[in-house]
Amino acid sequence: MQKKRKIAFYLLLILGVLLVVGLVLLLCMQSGQIAMLNPKGMIAAKQRGLLIMASWLMLIVVIPVFIMTVVFARKYRASNRESKYRPDWDQSLSAEIVWFGVPFVIIAVLSVLVWRSSHHLDPFRPIDTGVQPLTIQVVALQWKWLFIYPEQGIATVNFVQFPEKTPINFHITSDAPMNSFWIPQLGGQIYAMAGMDTQLHLIADEEGEFRGSSSNLSGKGFAGMRFKAIAVSDAAFEAWVDEVRGEGEMLDLETYQELAEPSEDNPPAVYRLGKNDLYDWIVMKYKMPM
Amino acid sequence: MTTDTHSKTIFGFWVFLMSDCLLFASFFATYFVLHQGTVTLFSLPFAFTQSVVFLISSFAAGFFGDKHKTLALLGFMFVLGALFLSMMGYEFAQLVQAGTSWQTSGAWSAFFTLLSMVGLHAAVGLLWIVVLMLQICFRGITPSTSRRLACLKLFWQFLNIVWVFIFSFVYLLGAQYG
Amino acid sequence: MFGRLNLEAFHQDVIEQGADLMMVLGAIFIVALLTYCKRWTWLWKEWLTSLDPKRIGVMYIVVSMVMLVKGFIDALMLRAQQMISVGDSHGYLTSSHFQQIFTAHGTTMIFFVAMGLLFGLLNFLIPLQIGARDVAFPFVNAVSFWLFAVGAMLVLISLAIGKFSATGWVSYPPLSELQYSPGVGVDYWLWSVQVSGVGSLISGINFFVTILKMRAPGMTLMKMPMLTWTTLATAVLIIFAFQVLTATLTMLSFDRLIGTHFFTSDFGGNPMMYINLIWAWGHPEVYILVLPAFGIFSEVVPVFSQKRLFGYASMVWATVAITLLSFGVWLHHFFTMGAGPNANSFFGIMTMLIAVPTGVKIFNWLFTMLQGRVIFKTPMIWFLGFIFAFTTGGMTGVLMSIPSVDFQMHNSLFLIAHFHSTIIGGVVFGFFAGLTYWFPKIFGFTLHERLGKWAAWCWILGFFIAFFPLYVLGMMGATRRLDHYETAAGWQPLFVVAAFGALLIAIGVGFQVLQLIISIKQRKENRDATGDPWNGRTLEWSTSSPPPEYNFAHIPEVKERDAFWAMKQAHQTHNTGKYEDIHVPKNSPLGFFVGIFAFCLSFGTIWYMWWLAAVGMIGIIVCVTIRLCDDDVERVMSAHEVQHIETARTRA
Repeated sequence: MQKKRKIAFYLLLILGVLLVVGLVLLLCMQSGQIAMLNPKGMIAAKQRGLLIMASWLMLIVVIPVFIMTVVFARKYRASNRESKYRPDWDQSLSAEIVWFGVPFVIIAVLSVLVWRSSHHLDPFRPIDTGVQPLTIQVVALQWKWLFIYPEQGIATVNFVQFPEKTPINFHITSDAPMNSFWIPQLGGQIYAMAGMDTQLHLIADEEGEFRGSSSNLSGKGFAGMRFKAIAVSDAAFEAWVDEVRGEGEMLDLETYQELAEPSEDNPPAVYRLGKNDLYDWIVMKYKMPM
Repeated sequence: MTTDTHSKTIFGFWVFLMSDCLLFASFFATYFVLHQGTVTLFSLPFAFTQSVVFLISSFAAGFFGDKHKTLALLGFMFVLGALFLSMMGYEFAQLVQAGTSWQTSGAWSAFFTLLSMVGLHAAVGLLWIVVLMLQICFRGITPSTSRRLACLKLFWQFLNIVWVFIFSFVYLLGAQYG
Repeated sequence: MFGRLNLEAFHQDVIEQGADLMMVLGAIFIVALLTYCKRWTWLWKEWLTSLDPKRIGVMYIVVSMVMLVKGFIDALMLRAQQMISVGDSHGYLTSSHFQQIFTAHGTTMIFFVAMGLLFGLLNFLIPLQIGARDVAFPFVNAVSFWLFAVGAMLVLISLAIGKFSATGWVSYPPLSELQYSPGVGVDYWLWSVQVSGVGSLISGINFFVTILKMRAPGMTLMKMPMLTWTTLATAVLIIFAFQVLTATLTMLSFDRLIGTHFFTSDFGGNPMMYINLIWAWGHPEVYILVLPAFGIFSEVVPVFSQKRLFGYASMVWATVAITLLSFGVWLHHFFTMGAGPNANSFFGIMTMLIAVPTGVKIFNWLFTMLQGRVIFKTPMIWFLGFIFAFTTGGMTGVLMSIPSVDFQMHNSLFLIAHFHSTIIGGVVFGFFAGLTYWFPKIFGFTLHERLGKWAAWCWILGFFIAFFPLYVLGMMGATRRLDHYETAAGWQPLFVVAAFGALLIAIGVGFQVLQLIISIKQRKENRDATGDPWNGRTLEWSTSSPPPEYNFAHIPEVKERDAFWAMKQAHQTHNTGKYEDIHVPKNSPLGFFVGIFAFCLSFGTIWYMWWLAAVGMIGIIVCVTIRLCDDDVERVMSAHEVQHIETARTRA
């Protein structure tokens, strides 16, 4: 019986270690596919750095906990008559100081990180690289995304295109239930709320196609609230804008009202912007005179 | 056994009232967040009179004594409480006539609901007064009835305190009168 | 007459019809069983009208176990859908059905499984642990249970009549407002949570008063068992948090019923206010769930380590700290709503601080094992699972409490994995450890040990296999609540692994069911004759298994912490002093009737059947009034009767 238990114990231990190793390997191998670990924009890169730093700090506590659990369980099991048995020992000031103090110091360090990063990576804070930023207004609809380029006079549905290495000033609202605007490879998200104007500042460090989606349930077609975020060269961007201005359908108030009707699986579309203050009109729609 | 029940019940009822503070706090908080600018209310003197009526009824609860005195005081409290509720109803009717109602805006929804919560509690209080009056009428002042009287007193006075807050923060501050 | 209830409401899709059939068959089976065994009167007298918290506790657990099965089937359905709904395939569930399932899953698990299982155990144990005969307010306690049962009933009825909510278990507006959710679903959700929430509130008050006012002589606060301490903390949380929930749900109900504008997007409404209020309740709620689980481990670990609990005083202070801190963290549920860096930082830091007392608890449990003699029976296996699962959840929680990191994880599957790690690892594993530990006390016989261990291992392994892929998926940008995704995302393999994990958990549940059946069959061999099968340390083990209605013939005199252990060391476990008359609460059908009327009120309001709602409202008022006019609420068990019961026990 003893031997069977010993085998079982070590088997489980090996299984546990294998699981962890497997997970780490999975993470490394798949990191290309793991947006959080494979950022393509400065903001996302900083967020990844924070995650990794915080993880290491937490592991200072977590790994000893796991080791202690396994060691204590093995060494102090009832059948091990050789281990010391002190049934009434129930306090140790030094132990308390360590396991209160060390986590407290870690949390203190993390708190500083929290304060600094929350300010530095505030979604409302513009990115300053010296390059002229591009403003894109985002409207969450049922169940698609509308992107308005007020400076260029164009609009797109379910995809957003912008030049690489250029700060994008996103202004976000909703003409639908609450959504969340998120492009994981470029940075974190912010809620899209009717009657409100939230902001997100992102920048793509290289050309590429990135997945974007909503993360807040907004009704039946919620799973379709995804879009492509495409970073292209400056030249390609300019050319594309000219192309859309030349041939896109007109997005005026009437077309907009049609677009805003609930629909799913909208294919990517481009428009010429007919009403330049469309975004402001959408936000103000929900504010009523008191 | 009886003193045990008495102290347990009073204590438990206190705890319930403390939790009720959170209920009113939530409605208050919502009122303040939704209340953009000012709301135009009915009449400050009217609200003041309403407050005095309620205050007096609450004051009366401090004088419970023997059976007859208690019955008289309870009757008095009932009348004043009913008057308080009627005044609230009248105010609501006036406001609705002036064109502002529950559905007008978030601020008005919050106003009507906050006041209605006090009204609802007061209505429960009135029912409680009636039931207690009947109990005392038929059974007199017993450990049970005096326990229930003590709880009623706490309840009524608590409601009064909530109303004082409403009067101060909703009627006095941040409202104008049409 | 029928409001908006029409035949259309009874039209359900095939899957729901299957569920309805299962419910009907289950009901028929129970009715048939009761009739065959001629146990209707027994059911009424011994259970439905009982005011004994031990009976009420068992009823809570039975209802919660039924809801656990339902919630778990929901989970399996979700996993199955997400495993196959890729690219051209849209799985076997429509989007709206999928959304109803995850809403029902969350609502069921939090309100009707976790809360019910814990209230059930605590009802049974708290009076016993403090050396009392009952809770402070036995009738209110019964009402709490019936309101809870009504809430559960509403969720189940929505499977047959109408639809359940599809807006997530916290129902954010504006999605949950009439404009975007015009049907009955959100109303079902509102009433089931509101009704059971009132039950929870009054239970919280009940436990608070019981613990503060009814402890045995000599049991000062610092001599209470840890489960009692955590229950006291939980009661404080309930008292402060649940009225906020009541207010918030009332406001959303008003928006839907009378057209107010609390949380609409227009007309001056403010959906963000709902989010603030609901999480001001919601965060304390998760501590309400986990603190009793911590208490359970504080009871189980010392007994099975055959050693005193390490650091009792710091455990108490850690509990108090967690309780206080839990009121100051609610914004971390919506860092992404744009509150600004100052607010976000403050709440992020507060959230991290909670990790410190929680860590203190974990170390104290580990040091209880250190230099003990640990017996690895099933409860300790659950404890081991808890350490690994819950600590993972805790770590990921701290990671997400960094607002900038949370911007990348909010509402992703990383979040889902985090809270399942803490809830399954903490609450569920804690409950199962507790149930196994106290089962003999409640029912009089021990559970089959080996099957218990197999169940535990399946659950623990299954849990990791089901949820680790979700951590990875979250980091890949997969959000929660998706009923379909594109092939190019590359997520499917991980969903398949997760589904396999869920299946393993299902096997674990299968073992638990088997364990119950076999244990019942073998109950005579495994009868707990002594009342103390584990060599326990706290007062409940001094009673018979199960305890008599009055718990203690003589109220114990407590001299130190681990009161029963002290009594055993001093060889003073049997008090054969003079027996006295004992007052116990009389049965009352009014709790049951309050439940029936609460159901009428809820169902009536949901379906706009105003006459039914009025009947419900008046019925509740009448029942409560009758009770409050009743002065004859106790019956006496004579000293002779008590003596008879006690000597029968000593003889056995």
